Amino acid sequence: MSGSEQTLEQILTLAATHFKVPREKLTADDDFFKTLGIDSLQALDLLTRLEHHFHVELPDYELQGVSDFRTLAQRIQARL
Amino acid sequence: MLDLDQYSCLGAALRDALDRWPNEICLIESDRDKEKTRLTYSDFKEIALPLARALEDAELGRGDRAAIVMTNQSKWLISAYAIFYGGGVLVPLDYKLSAAEHLQLLAHSQAKFLVVEYHLWRAMMQSPEFRKHRVQTVLVTEAPLGADLAGAFRWEEFRRKGDPLFVPRQREDVACIVYSSGTGGRPKGCVLTHENYIEQCKSLTAWYPFWPGVRYLSILPTNHAIDFMVGFIGPFVCGACVVHLRTLRPEFVRDAFVRYRITYVSLVPMVLKNLERGLRAKFEALPAAQRFFLERLIAVNKALTRLHPNVRLSRMLLPQVHKAFGGGLEAIIVGGAFMEPATLQFFYDLGIPVANGYGLTEACTALTVNDLKPFRADTVGRPLPGVELRVMSPDEEGIGEVVVRSPTVMSQYLDDPELTAQTIVDGWLLTGDLGRFNGDGHLQLFGRKKNMIVTEGGKNIYPEDIETAFSRLPVKEYCVFAGDYLWKQRRLGKEMLVLVLRLEQNQEFGEGLRQEIETENRTLPDFKRVGGYFVWDRDFPRTASMKIKREVLAEEIRKAYSAAAVVAL
Repeated sequence: MSGSEQTLEQILTLAATHFKVPREKLTADDDFFKTLGIDSLQALDLLTRLEHHFHVELPDYELQGVSDFRTLAQRIQARL
Repeated sequence: MLDLDQYSCLGAALRDALDRWPNEICLIESDRDKEKTRLTYSDFKEIALPLARALEDAELGRGDRAAIVMTNQSKWLISAYAIFYGGGVLVPLDYKLSAAEHLQLLAHSQAKFLVVEYHLWRAMMQSPEFRKHRVQTVLVTEAPLGADLAGAFRWEEFRRKGDPLFVPRQREDVACIVYSSGTGGRPKGCVLTHENYIEQCKSLTAWYPFWPGVRYLSILPTNHAIDFMVGFIGPFVCGACVVHLRTLRPEFVRDAFVRYRITYVSLVPMVLKNLERGLRAKFEALPAAQRFFLERLIAVNKALTRLHPNVRLSRMLLPQVHKAFGGGLEAIIVGGAFMEPATLQFFYDLGIPVANGYGLTEACTALTVNDLKPFRADTVGRPLPGVELRVMSPDEEGIGEVVVRSPTVMSQYLDDPELTAQTIVDGWLLTGDLGRFNGDGHLQLFGRKKNMIVTEGGKNIYPEDIETAFSRLPVKEYCVFAGDYLWKQRRLGKEMLVLVLRLEQNQEFGEGLRQEIETENRTLPDFKRVGGYFVWDRDFPRTASMKIKREVLAEEIRKAYSAAAVVAL
């Protein structure tokens, strides 16, 4: 598994745990606002959890225009 | 507070504010838990005047348009000050728009200057439309060393020595062009004058005053009409302080309330609901005995503040709740979209007054605000001083279109006399919102007459602005409506856009098409997406120039189907 795939997998697992959604219901290209049933503030909350997990700092604007796990993983991977 | 009757323009009022309270703190900027900037009015002046001089040397003149595309931060206000100082017209753009939309509105406004954060400028540079931009001078903030700025200047270095020339404007001159919507081909640039802003500031501060020592937490985007007024103009002309956060993470927002002992904050419903959710979760996690005790105290507070708020008493009754908000919160200002009464009441019962109101960009900031005499969660308050509101052609329930006449009403839509004439009739602004006055003069809203939605985040979304996202769908024709426009709901909240599809002859709606709709929908920002679709079985009525006759189509759909026909996405 490549680094970016591992990052993606970890994001999916973290999101499933944090928002109490079965992991198997989440896929890389899901619209996480819809799949997780969250608003943009809750998405920022997820970003904070991801920062702690990956030990990176992501400005809020990194989430602007992002709504699927795959792109989110790419943004995080770029800062690892 | 400065006597605003003495001023003909925002630039002069702001200029005098800096001299009136030189030692008061006017700006604090914090990035997460690190404070980055703390400026007195005197410090602000020292930074802003060299920028104003550099803009003057770059030929910013009377009436020249200068756009700002930035998140909330001190450089936003410093730049706006310098633009007004030089007699410029400010064009505040929503930083959440796409780069293509920014470029479109820069072209429409004919902005000669642009102040922009680096990450937003970088996105514009990568847009195919970038080469066409005609902005003469671009100032980029916080650009990394060595970054390619495509000819733009670094904001931090764009300074000149020497006193800048102050350029006075008259009350009727344009102060700002604020886009209420319109990235889908017909931008709605509200042309707002110095008179509009000065009168709005007077009326709002008459009910919700600022004073030196007040700390206003700026969370709503500063380009938004509410934050521009209560997070810049209002505090500055009263010697108060604005606190900016570079992040909207809920944990840092909560922390800022306490760290800076915030006095006022403006929120859109989405953020208020987020706070409510957090508080309710905390209450539920309390041991049963503590929760019982808390509920009794809330009931006592509710009874004692039924007629009017008493923040000091509430702080004594519910100290833990108020400490979580810093202990100095006087009121939460809520606007930008419909807020459920239950949420407003929840906060009021905790002793936190909620100044919910109603306004639209076309009328500067606010038309009505809850005056808390008493608090009425089911209304949007009374008209502010100087605002004449009427309900036009009311039905048997007293509900009709809200129209307004006020010194805060815009002069026109930029370069669109036709739309202006449809919107401002005989001096009355037709709001497109349906309302009714109750017996004691509070306005209640019941839905919209116009084909648009307002999201919980306070964004106005017009169907025309998002339709092009679906242009690749393999269908005969399609259009987007606000769900409540098709089927009148007589309520606000949970508004949704609906995609109406007309299939080709013999075409069947299948899973493939549904997936294509989902894919195209996701090219839009989350707050602009359609919430459902609906297959219509007739050709769309069109004008001679082949434009869809939307009102006719809506009427046909309304007659043939109910809202239950919409399939959720």
